[in-house]
Amino acid sequence: MVFRHPVLIFITEKHGNYFAYIQMFNSRTLSKYTLLLGQEEKSVIQSFSASVDRKFISLMSLSSDGCIYETLIPIHPSDPEKNQRVVRSLLLKTVVSGNARNGVALTVLDKDHLAVLGPPLPASKECLSIWNTKFQTLQTSKELPQGTSGQLWYYGENLFMLHGKFLTVVPYKCEVSSLAGALGKLKHSQDPGPQTVPHFVNWETSQGYGLGSQNSEQSKRILRRRKIEVSVQPPASKQLLSTIKKDSEKHIEVELCKFLAIKQTPDFHTVIGDIVLELLGRHKAEPSFYPRNSLMQLIQTHVLSYSLCPGLMEVALEKADVQMLQLCLQQFPDIPESVTCACLKIFLSISDDSLQEAEINMESVSDYSDSVQEEKMEEQMEILHNGFNPEEENCDNCDRELNEKPRDAAEETTSCPVIPKRAALLNAILHSAYSEMFLLPHLKDIPAQHVTLFLQYLYFLYLKCSENATMTLPGLHPPTLNQIMDWICLLLDANFTVVVMIPEAKRLLLSLYKFVKSQICICSELNKIEVSFRELQKLSQEKNSRELYSIEVLELF
Amino acid sequence: MGEFKVHRVRFFNYVPSGIRCVAYNNQSNRLAVSRTDGTVEIYNLSANYFQEKFFPGHESRATEALCWAKGQRLFSAGLNGEIIEYDLQALNIKYAVDAFGGPIWSMAISPHGSQLLVGCEDGSVKLFQITPDKIQFERNFDRQKSRILSLSWHPSGTHVAAGSIDYISVFDVKSGSAVHKMLVDRQYMSVSKRKCIIWGVAFLSDGTVISVDSAGKVQFWDSATGTLVKNHLIASADVQSIAVSDQEDSFVVGTAEGTVFHFQLVSVTSNSSEKQWVRTKPFQHHTHDVRAVAHSPTALISGGTDTHLVIRPLMEKVEVKNYDAALRKITFPHRRLISCSKKRQLLLFQFAHHLELWRLGSTVATGKNGDTLPLSKDADHLLHLKTKGPENIICSCISPCGSWIAYSTTSRFFLYRLNYEHDNISLQRVSKMPAFLRSALQILFSEDSTKLFVASNQGSLHVIRLLEGSFKHLHTFQPQSGGNLVTGQGGELSVSDVSFFFFTFKPHSLLGFPNALLYPANTHMFAPAFLVYHILFQVFEYSIPDKQYTEWSRTIQKQGFHYLWLQRDTPITHISFHPKRPMHILLHDAYMFCIIDKSLPLPNDKTLLYNPLPPTNESDVIRRRTAHAFKISKIYKPLLFMDLLDERTLVAVERPLDDIIAQLPPPIKKKKFGT
Repeated sequence: MVFRHPVLIFITEKHGNYFAYIQMFNSRTLSKYTLLLGQEEKSVIQSFSASVDRKFISLMSLSSDGCIYETLIPIHPSDPEKNQRVVRSLLLKTVVSGNARNGVALTVLDKDHLAVLGPPLPASKECLSIWNTKFQTLQTSKELPQGTSGQLWYYGENLFMLHGKFLTVVPYKCEVSSLAGALGKLKHSQDPGPQTVPHFVNWETSQGYGLGSQNSEQSKRILRRRKIEVSVQPPASKQLLSTIKKDSEKHIEVELCKFLAIKQTPDFHTVIGDIVLELLGRHKAEPSFYPRNSLMQLIQTHVLSYSLCPGLMEVALEKADVQMLQLCLQQFPDIPESVTCACLKIFLSISDDSLQEAEINMESVSDYSDSVQEEKMEEQMEILHNGFNPEEENCDNCDRELNEKPRDAAEETTSCPVIPKRAALLNAILHSAYSEMFLLPHLKDIPAQHVTLFLQYLYFLYLKCSENATMTLPGLHPPTLNQIMDWICLLLDANFTVVVMIPEAKRLLLSLYKFVKSQICICSELNKIEVSFRELQKLSQEKNSRELYSIEVLELF
Repeated sequence: MGEFKVHRVRFFNYVPSGIRCVAYNNQSNRLAVSRTDGTVEIYNLSANYFQEKFFPGHESRATEALCWAKGQRLFSAGLNGEIIEYDLQALNIKYAVDAFGGPIWSMAISPHGSQLLVGCEDGSVKLFQITPDKIQFERNFDRQKSRILSLSWHPSGTHVAAGSIDYISVFDVKSGSAVHKMLVDRQYMSVSKRKCIIWGVAFLSDGTVISVDSAGKVQFWDSATGTLVKNHLIASADVQSIAVSDQEDSFVVGTAEGTVFHFQLVSVTSNSSEKQWVRTKPFQHHTHDVRAVAHSPTALISGGTDTHLVIRPLMEKVEVKNYDAALRKITFPHRRLISCSKKRQLLLFQFAHHLELWRLGSTVATGKNGDTLPLSKDADHLLHLKTKGPENIICSCISPCGSWIAYSTTSRFFLYRLNYEHDNISLQRVSKMPAFLRSALQILFSEDSTKLFVASNQGSLHVIRLLEGSFKHLHTFQPQSGGNLVTGQGGELSVSDVSFFFFTFKPHSLLGFPNALLYPANTHMFAPAFLVYHILFQVFEYSIPDKQYTEWSRTIQKQGFHYLWLQRDTPITHISFHPKRPMHILLHDAYMFCIIDKSLPLPNDKTLLYNPLPPTNESDVIRRRTAHAFKISKIYKPLLFMDLLDERTLVAVERPLDDIIAQLPPPIKKKKFGT
């Protein structure tokens, strides 16, 4: 079905060569393609299925070696008359046993999902299995012990197949394919597999179901989708989705509240994902529609993840909605590093005035300013060097330079370089999960002065951390010392060559350098002490274990 | 009791070989331990961790895997490519089967105990059927491209996980094909290592596969999908071993840094049913690689290159706070490695492949308690006797007169005659040993050195009269009532001058102890009584002429032992007497020795059993009143051997642990600061 026009595809075989014929009914053209099988010369195509998008017909074929191959055929061929060659590529490996002769079939469910009928292992019974092609995972499977005929159809979220003497209908709805879902890592997720209740439909009585017209000759045809209303989603969510399509923001909000108050169903997270996608879809269509409160409410259900609603953060970034971004950073377990970095950019660049207006969750920031007074007192106290004066021995240029303006340095370290609201946003970034390798390239794009600001803030946090013995910050969810140190390292790794050229950052870099140097110094001294202790221990051992042989006097009482 | 001159010997340069595998058997509560020299030892955990059996090592037999099968059968496999079954009754190797796959790195017995899998150097996994008297090759699984270093069965017996280099395969046992191949990340701390070796795998009944590898990771895999579920980076060096408890609620891993980590399945929050694996406790009882771990219901057992076997009880599983809850470290074998000639003051040291004969020094000085006397003559190394062939020495003995040395390997028995001419020693081998004297589990000379007693592994005891340069077979005692008895490493061999005595492990043996484990016992030469040290720290004295327990033995049984004495945790390894001190019995374990004076009253629970300080300002009356029969000293430790040379002279052989550690390869150096 291309643009509501049916397409007929059939495959012929001649001397081991396969040809695909594509009959377009809108243009009444028949194109012939030679399927190049690649290395698997001997495999026989046992079953195939196709799906169509705007440009290509993607032809999935199940070969006798048990693998599924994908062939992309353009819808509008450049030269329809000529015999063209298309190469097929391996999509899924060994989904059914290689020696299964008959009873294998496949059908495409959506762009990421495939249903395969056949025995997964040589010895096992026939199975209906649903595969996620994007992540190459087996989504679910169901054993069919009475054998099948090798025919499988998918119609309006229902899978139809012959099972023994019955036509079995298995309702199956493909979820939005997300990595978290594929790995079974979705929060509160329960297996929404097709095992729920397989219906066994009697052939005689199934006439009313509107399926009698199908027979095996038509089995290879891609059938027009018929609208069969199956209430897979709870009606409440349907209703809500239709509300979203047309009603005002206020109304949606009220409806959403009602919906969220209802008891959560097992597939709650997918429903919520659908609602968010619907909201975003409407926002795309009419940019003035931005249901901020509803979205915030949905995020706070704790079931969303980035992969369930990929557009949400993009929209928030576009709108520079820092409050929503903070919430997303706190709630989503799987934010890509590029998005984290984009958030960081916005958090650093947004002006203080607009920040003041935003309502930001401040629980990660404690009031740093109240300790400043105390701080200054301590700062002025004399530090006693115990026989070791770094100024004498290790005094180089940087030290001297720093000592010239001791007052300034103290000033700089004791006051927070950013306003508390910005600090709260930055803390959300510090808390988010990341993979170093993917984050580094994006960090390079941050402007230098923002890097400096962020570094200053991190350095300030570090100084705060090192004030108390437990090396923690006050507050409810403060960033940990490790997070702070990791981010300092990351920022410097990514931007060192730029930062080193900025005059404002010079003092910061110097103090960091001095800090690292003193750390190395401490570590090496500690290692030296350890070695000398070990030597002492050895000496005392030698004293204990006298010579190898002695005669002693012992009196027993 | 008086003063003794003690020859304190520290020149016994014995280094136990490192532990390679441990295998725990839940049914019998026994632990099999194999060492790098091929020795296999069996410890009875219910009997105070006593090493009750031992199979001598062999140079070409590097054991890599050790398993118990159904019916208390013990199998091992090693780098010589052979699978060996041990005969735990006859204490020898029942048979060896070549697997024809090159060196064997791993072995696993199926959960039902009827099948055995080995993983070989050539990448093959071979399935053997265990028949009642042998094993039978059945088939190969799909060949992998590199060696199989670890194997684990799924508790249902349908699947097997195999750890190789860089990946883990999951096999279907029925078809023998690899269902999944799970690639392991080579990266370690973002540095790509050349290879990642899967040292151990464990297959849980819910389908989770736990792997430990050379990159320091403990990883959890889902075997149904072949995906990585969880990753714990626990060490910067290799994680070399893993063992899971039977309930699958906890497991233990050992690292090359000597640390043992305990993982437990705990609820995520209290009263929630969702559980996850959490690393709970690290233990650092080893200095070197922990090559093997085992998990008994109540304890974590680990062993490695530093030669210690460490048994760490799990406090939450121990109900009563007693010595079972104490950490145990077993370093030295419980069998005797040293024998001494009282007359000539000689010590014979037994090593894996040679014997050393030393003469003790002497002094003319005297002193008071605690003094070290100046030596007028130092100890001499007289003889170094090397064995031929790859087999380890099982046992050795020097006669009390010092003119005979006997030792045995698995296949040969050697007897030497020593001649002393002033300072020169000549050694002469007694040839033409009789055919029945092929292998001995224990050798003993009679007190006057005229008779030799050899306990063979068939359960019989041979008595041989020694003549000048020759010998004569006197008698062979066959095991009573059908061959089910064992003589040997428990030291159930006892000898007296006038009669021979011989008893068995059997519950209804002469002594009538239920499940008695009997210790080396020498009979008294002049008072033909006989003493047995029981594993539960009981002492019995049996008079051979009267054929009954002596009066003293009955008294001590009636009165009972001091509670502290019964709570000790190390088995007594040696008992000795001296002819000139008929009332005294010397016994020792690794940490103390005790002289029991039969003439003194027995201690009761109120008296102080062990008093390390000499009574100073007390009057003789008090001293006499508090004196009791057990004279204990803990000065010498770890004590490998102690004996009375004459009335007033003791010899004590110590082996300080630091000296052993000094001879091991250096451990992985851990930087404490600045990491």
